[in-house]
Amino acid sequence: MTATPAADREPKRASAGAPREPVLTVEDLKAYYRTRHFGIEREVRAVDGVSFEVRDNEIYGLAGESSSGKSTLLKAVAAAMRPPLQVVGGTVRMRFLAGAKSLHQASSAELAQLRWRRLSYIMQGSMSALNPVRRVRRSFEDFAARHLGGTGAAFEAKVVAHLELVRLDKGVLDAYPHELSGGMRQRVTIALATLCRPDLVIADEPTTALDVVVQKDVLDMIRDVQRQVGSSLLLVTHDLGVHAYLTDRLAIMYGGRLVEEAPTETLFRSPQHPYSKHLIASLPRIGEEAPKVTLTGGPPNLAEPPPGCRFHPRCPLVMERCRRETPALTRLAPHHRVACFAVGGQA
Amino acid sequence: MTPLLELAHVSKTFGGLLRRRRVAAVRDVSFSLSGESPEVFTLLGQSGSGKTTLARMILGLETPTAGSLRLKGQDIAGLRRGAGGRRLLGLVQPIFQNPFEAFNPLRHVDHYLLLTAQRFGGAGEGLAAQAATETALRQVGLSLAEVARRYPHELSGGQLQRLAIARALLAKPKLIVADEPVSMVDASLRMAIVNLFKTLRGRFGISILYITHDLATAYLVSDRIMIMRDGEVVESGPARQVLTHPQHAYSRQLKDAVLVPRFTAAAGDGATTKPEHGPQH
Amino acid sequence: MLATLRDLMIYNPEFRIGAILLGLVAGMAALSLASPYAPLDTFVVAPDLPPSFAHPFGTTSRGQDVFWQLTFAIRNTLTFGIVVAVLSRLLSLAIGLLAGYKGGWVDRVLMAINDTFIAIPLFPILVLFYFVLRDAMSWAALAIIMALLGWAYDARLIRALALSLKTREFTYTGVFSGMTTRELLVREHLPYVMPIVFATTMNNMNWSIGLEVTLSVLGFTDINSPTVGSMIYWANQHTALVAGVWWWIAFPVILLVALFIGLFLLAVSMNEHIDPRSRLRRMGAEGGA
Repeated sequence: MTATPAADREPKRASAGAPREPVLTVEDLKAYYRTRHFGIEREVRAVDGVSFEVRDNEIYGLAGESSSGKSTLLKAVAAAMRPPLQVVGGTVRMRFLAGAKSLHQASSAELAQLRWRRLSYIMQGSMSALNPVRRVRRSFEDFAARHLGGTGAAFEAKVVAHLELVRLDKGVLDAYPHELSGGMRQRVTIALATLCRPDLVIADEPTTALDVVVQKDVLDMIRDVQRQVGSSLLLVTHDLGVHAYLTDRLAIMYGGRLVEEAPTETLFRSPQHPYSKHLIASLPRIGEEAPKVTLTGGPPNLAEPPPGCRFHPRCPLVMERCRRETPALTRLAPHHRVACFAVGGQA
Repeated sequence: MTPLLELAHVSKTFGGLLRRRRVAAVRDVSFSLSGESPEVFTLLGQSGSGKTTLARMILGLETPTAGSLRLKGQDIAGLRRGAGGRRLLGLVQPIFQNPFEAFNPLRHVDHYLLLTAQRFGGAGEGLAAQAATETALRQVGLSLAEVARRYPHELSGGQLQRLAIARALLAKPKLIVADEPVSMVDASLRMAIVNLFKTLRGRFGISILYITHDLATAYLVSDRIMIMRDGEVVESGPARQVLTHPQHAYSRQLKDAVLVPRFTAAAGDGATTKPEHGPQH
Repeated sequence: MLATLRDLMIYNPEFRIGAILLGLVAGMAALSLASPYAPLDTFVVAPDLPPSFAHPFGTTSRGQDVFWQLTFAIRNTLTFGIVVAVLSRLLSLAIGLLAGYKGGWVDRVLMAINDTFIAIPLFPILVLFYFVLRDAMSWAALAIIMALLGWAYDARLIRALALSLKTREFTYTGVFSGMTTRELLVREHLPYVMPIVFATTMNNMNWSIGLEVTLSVLGFTDINSPTVGSMIYWANQHTALVAGVWWWIAFPVILLVALFIGLFLLAVSMNEHIDPRSRLRRMGAEGGA
């Protein structure tokens, strides 16, 4: 165990020189789905006031279950929004986007410049990134050649060198995606995403569809590549085990809002928000007895969310105030934020 | 006493003469579940291990290429064919992986329960069926008021899966085959459902065949466990023992692959240190 | 149901136009009950009169009022189309659902029959029937023959859908809840199949009416009872276009085109509405987080 209290310790890697500004800053983001079918208007408030930042050279985790809004948040951060989803408030700013404007205000030309060079993705189904009727080499050319100065021997050399990071042989380039195993495909996807050394890589459930054994392999690979390349990683998954394994800091999302954010170890050792406590307590572990879990009900309906704190219908610490007012994400300790009246110390 | 379920050298091969490849999904699997004391028996394996094919054979949805499957001494294929398959349906019931697909998206969820109560539970029409349904729902922590006249999309994955368990209960089976029942359910709702299996065993005397790829839940709920890979049995025995001290290389590989938090001091033995400020409720 | 129709009228222009056209056609058919002339009578008015106030659509060379003839004609044609559509829908539903769900030899036998019917060239067969049956070729006989010829294509469509429904998990839930095959097909699967059935009904009507008109124009049906096709037949017999009696052909054709377009628009617009996916969207099942 360490001497410094867990809550005060900030995870930091040795970085030469002054710390750079955060790669991604999300401020009070609100993104709703607005639909109108036959005169009935519905507004689903999938992301309802989210603020966080992803710092330089860090792995930031975002955990949430169904109806938490994390998939929508991901779309907003990845500049992948289409109607009926629209940003109705707040900003998504990236370090490398000139003019301090929000991502969704950028033109498509600017976005095309950004993509892959500054911002890349690792998606859940690896097949969706790789064209199934083309050899793998072609995917590399399609995605990265523009940023690395065209195809040709120099480009190929760079790609092969990079493939070594994920322990893939250059023979992989000549294969079709379906000829590779799921794990190999995901490694190709990791290599693809990090080839141009982007500032930010967004990973959406990167190992959910994989076998337990392959999953560990792929996660190790992601961690190693991140260390070597230095990109920041925004990891979005519902699997807390993966977060505990990989992330520096972790935020938990519920009902379209963040409920707690802290360095990963702090969050696991001393969660403050009732929902986080329950989530972490329900992680089954080999060698321990079954946890007693008592959370009832289901996730909130984002089209008609409960008033006040979104968690209050299921919360064991609910007070009258929780039904009326929404707790803001307040700082409990230098690196620990919680949105709860019972815990947050908000008078 | 005749075993509840007995598999002897069961194999299943897909493909054959006219297809390109033959895939041996299940190879020479044998095990049996006692007829005297109910238990939770886990089939642990990754995708492609054959566990789902095995489950389908036990449910009578596929026929084996070789070997025999017997429920209470009777051949399953025979049970499936005879008397509209009713006897089979009364003995074994399924719980499927995807709770959102288990019910028709266009119909109310409760009609399946009412029907099961009438057809198998011995309840007549109307009030008796409703009463039986209410009882079953309470056993799983739901109520008729919560689910009556609701569509599947109005309920959460956890609620739907509990609904599926209640429906299976209403048929008064001896065996429930649960194929990855919690893999698509939110983590916060998972343990409640897995713990339900222990209740089913203890209070209702129903044996559960729990099929999963997740070692942690298997550890918490199983009596015996059988690890499968590529259609074959790799290791089997009492669950706690197999999972804490695996013998076979593959079992060890599985156990080592369980993610250990990076901030744990002692890694590799599968245990994690307890949180300093644990959950207070 | 009524709310659905009302929503469609207000928000869906295709449905509105289709409904109006079909309303006009149906209105014409209903007017036949008010006709001052019996349908089979000839030379009841002065022949070859152009459209006027007294005779809105003019008169024919046979001394019939075109307007009132048309009301009977469209009524018969419409009835014919509906009867054929209903009969053949029943056949394709039953055969398609059964073949798809049961599989095995049942499926193979039914599909072998199905494919035979698809391969049959319709027009020569119909002409053959006419020559064999001659005067016995009543409208009922023709309707039955066409229903028997018109189910095959759509049965395959329905079978494909039934195949995919069979492997969905809620089908198994139904089986393990003790549902019989009939209950499964009717209560669980039918809602998914209805959009196809509806779309194909409209198509089927267009097809059967089109074929009937073709046969009538060529004189291969009972040309004495008035249908749109037989009107055109008689017009051709009297070389109406050459004689300048254009209204005898124009108005039947216009009404027929209105009927086709109306049916088509209805099919297209209602289909979107009945489709389970869009229903789920409206119920709020999608648009997730």
